[in-house]
Amino acid sequence: MSEAVSHEEHHDDHDHKPSGIGRWLFSTNHKDIGTMYLIFSLIMFFIGGAMAMVIRLELFQPGLQYVDPQFFNSMTTVHALVMIFGAVMPAGVGLANWMIPIMIGAPDMALPRMNNMSFWILPFAFTLLLSTFFMEGGAPAGGWTMYPPLVGQLGDGFPFLIFAVHFLGISSIMGAINIIATVFNMRAPGMTFMKLPLFVWTWIITAFLLIASLPVLAGAVTMLLTDKFFGTSFFIAAGGGDPVMFQHIFWFFGHPEVYILILPAFGIVSQILPTFARKPLFGYESMVYATASIAFLSFFVWAHHMFTVGMPLTGELFFMYATMSIAVPTGVKIFNWVATMWRGSMTFETPMLFSIAFVVLFSIGGFTGLMMAITPVDFQYHDTYFIVAHFHYVLVTGAVFALFAAVYFWIPKWTGNMYDESLGKLHFWLSTISVNVLFFPQHFLGLAGMPRRIPDYSIQFAEWNQISSIGGFVFGVSQLILVWVVIKCVRGGEKATDQVWEGAEGLEWTLPSPPPFHSFTVPPQISDASAH
Amino acid sequence: MDKSGVNNLAGKLVMLSLTMFGFGYALVPLYNVFCDLTGLNGKTGVVSSEVAEKMEVDMTRVVTVAFDTNIREIPWEFEALEKKVSVRPGEMGEATFVVTNKSDRKVIGRAIPSVAPTQASVFFSKTECFCFDEQLMEPGERREMKVRFVVDVDLPQRYSALTLSYTFFAIPNQGKVAVEDKELFRSRI
Repeated sequence: MSEAVSHEEHHDDHDHKPSGIGRWLFSTNHKDIGTMYLIFSLIMFFIGGAMAMVIRLELFQPGLQYVDPQFFNSMTTVHALVMIFGAVMPAGVGLANWMIPIMIGAPDMALPRMNNMSFWILPFAFTLLLSTFFMEGGAPAGGWTMYPPLVGQLGDGFPFLIFAVHFLGISSIMGAINIIATVFNMRAPGMTFMKLPLFVWTWIITAFLLIASLPVLAGAVTMLLTDKFFGTSFFIAAGGGDPVMFQHIFWFFGHPEVYILILPAFGIVSQILPTFARKPLFGYESMVYATASIAFLSFFVWAHHMFTVGMPLTGELFFMYATMSIAVPTGVKIFNWVATMWRGSMTFETPMLFSIAFVVLFSIGGFTGLMMAITPVDFQYHDTYFIVAHFHYVLVTGAVFALFAAVYFWIPKWTGNMYDESLGKLHFWLSTISVNVLFFPQHFLGLAGMPRRIPDYSIQFAEWNQISSIGGFVFGVSQLILVWVVIKCVRGGEKATDQVWEGAEGLEWTLPSPPPFHSFTVPPQISDASAH
Repeated sequence: MDKSGVNNLAGKLVMLSLTMFGFGYALVPLYNVFCDLTGLNGKTGVVSSEVAEKMEVDMTRVVTVAFDTNIREIPWEFEALEKKVSVRPGEMGEATFVVTNKSDRKVIGRAIPSVAPTQASVFFSKTECFCFDEQLMEPGERREMKVRFVVDVDLPQRYSALTLSYTFFAIPNQGKVAVEDKELFRSRI
C-alpha cells in the first residue's frame, strides 16, 4: 500500500525534533501538543481530585472537623472548575490533537501555531484561577455556576475568576476551530465524511458545540464583571436587572457544555468496543446522526437546570419533554454499543473493561437524568446529593472512564510499548468498585434530603456519608496506579506492534508504534472498501 | 492541503464565535421582551391614562389588590397608606405610598415593582408610577408617592386577588452613601 512508500519518502526528517525545552514551548507538532494536553489534564485531575478528598474528609462525619465552611465551599467550587475546564476538556482536546491527524491521514493540524497558543493559554488561566486561594477573600466559593448575587461577594479573586474563565474559553474555542479546519480541509484522498472514525465525528460535533456555546458563557461572565466594576445592572435587581436572567444565559451555555464533556467519550467508546468485539461498529450512520441530534437538542433544554426558579407551567412542560427527547438518540447509541458486542469475539483487555463499565454506568447516570427531567419530582431532587450522584455517574464513570479507556487503548501507539496489563486490570477493578461505593450511596442521601454544597449535615446521613467517603479515598488512591502504569509504559515494556490490538482497524494502526514525529507527509490512499 | 481554504474556514468559525458572544448579550433584551409579553417575573404592563379611562368596566366582579413594601440596604421607611384596595376590572385604582428618609444624609433610592401571581401580571397595568425613577430624599424628608393602575377586564376568573410589591434599593456607586451602605452590607454577612 501507499503507506510503505510514504514512510520511505519522509524517512530523513524523523529525527528532526527540536531539542531542549524549546521543543515543548514552541511546539507546533500535533503529537507533542497532544502529549502536553494529556499531561496537563492528568496534573489537573490530581489537583481537582485532592480537593475532592478534602470534601470527602470533611463529610466523613457530621459536624465541622477539618476545614471552615468558606474553604469547604471553595473546594466544591474550584474542584468543579478544575475538573471540567482543566481535566476533562483538555484531555479530550489532547486526544483529538494526537489522534485526529493520524486517523484522517493528515500530516498535522491545520493551524499548528494556533494549536500551540491554545495549549499554552491553559497553564496561565489556571494560575489565575488557583492563585485566588492566596488572596483576600479566598477562592471562588459560590458554586462553579457563578450565580449572582452570591458570586459578587467574592473578594479580590473575583476578576481573576472571570478572566480565568475568559482564557479557558478562548483556549477551547481556538482548539475547536483548529479541529474543524483540520477535518474539513486535511482528510486524505478518499477519506469521505462517512468514512471518518466515529471519534473524529464526535469531535467535529463537539467543536461546533464549543464554538456555539462558550462565547455565551464569556458574555455572561463579562456581564458579571461589568456589574461589579463598571456600574451596569444586568443582574442587579436594584438597577432593574434580574439575577434569574444569569441562570438562563449560563445554562444556555451549560447544557451544551455537558455534551462537550461527554461526546468525545462516546467517540472513544465507539472506537474501542468494535476493536475488542472484533466486529465493525453496529449502526455507524445512526451513531453519527444520533450524536448530531443530541448536540442540536442540547440548545433547547437549558431550563431543566432551574425548574425550581419559578417558571410558568408551559415552560416547565416544554423543557421536560425536550429533555426527555434527548433520551431517544442516547438510547440509539447505547443500543448500538450493545449490538456491537452482541456475538462478538470479545476479549477483556483494560480499555475494553473501562468501555464496558462506561456503557453500564453511564446508563445509570442517564436514567437518573431522566428522573430529574420530570419536573414535579425534580423539586425534590433539586440541589440535593441526588444531582451530585447523577452528574458524577455521567462525568466520572462516563467521561473520565472513557478517557482512561482511551489512554490504555492508545498508549501503546503513543509510546511504542505495551502497558502493564495486570496493573491496568488492578486499576480498573479498584476504580470501578470504589467509584460505585463513592457515588451510589449519594443517591440515597439525596432522596433523603441531604443538600449539596454544605459542609455539615444532620446525623441521619452519617452512615452513607462514611461509606461514600471510604469509596472516595479508595478511588483517589487507585488513580495513582494509572500514573504508575503510564510512567512504566513510557520507560519501556514489551514492544507494541503497529496494529497493537488484533481487531484494530483504521489509519492510525498502519503507522509504526510510536509513530514518526512527522507522519503522513504524503497522504495515504483510502480505498472504497476500507471500513471506518 | 489548501491553505486559503483553511484560513477561510477558520475566519468563518471566528466570526461564528463572535456572533455567539453577541448572541449572549442579545439574550438580555430578548429575555426582557419575552418577560414583558408573557408577564413572567412579575413584569407589569404600562398603558396611557387615556386608554385606561376608556376601558369598559366589568361590573360583575371585584379584584383585591394588596400592596407590599420592602427596603434593601437603604435607611428609609416605606409603607403603603392602605394595605389593600378593591377595584373592578377596567376601573382605575389608586394607591399612595409613604417614604421617609430616617438617616441624617441625602440618599438616592429606586423602587423595583413586581406583581404576584406572575401569571396574572400581564393583566395588571400602571398609568402612573414612581418606580424605576431615582428618588433623592433629603435627611428626614417624608414624601407621598402615588401609583395609578388598572386591572385588565381579560383577567382570568381564577384570579380574585393580586399583590403589587415594591422594593426600594439604594442606588449603587453613589459616592459616600454607597460606600457606607456597602460597609453596612459587609458587616451583615
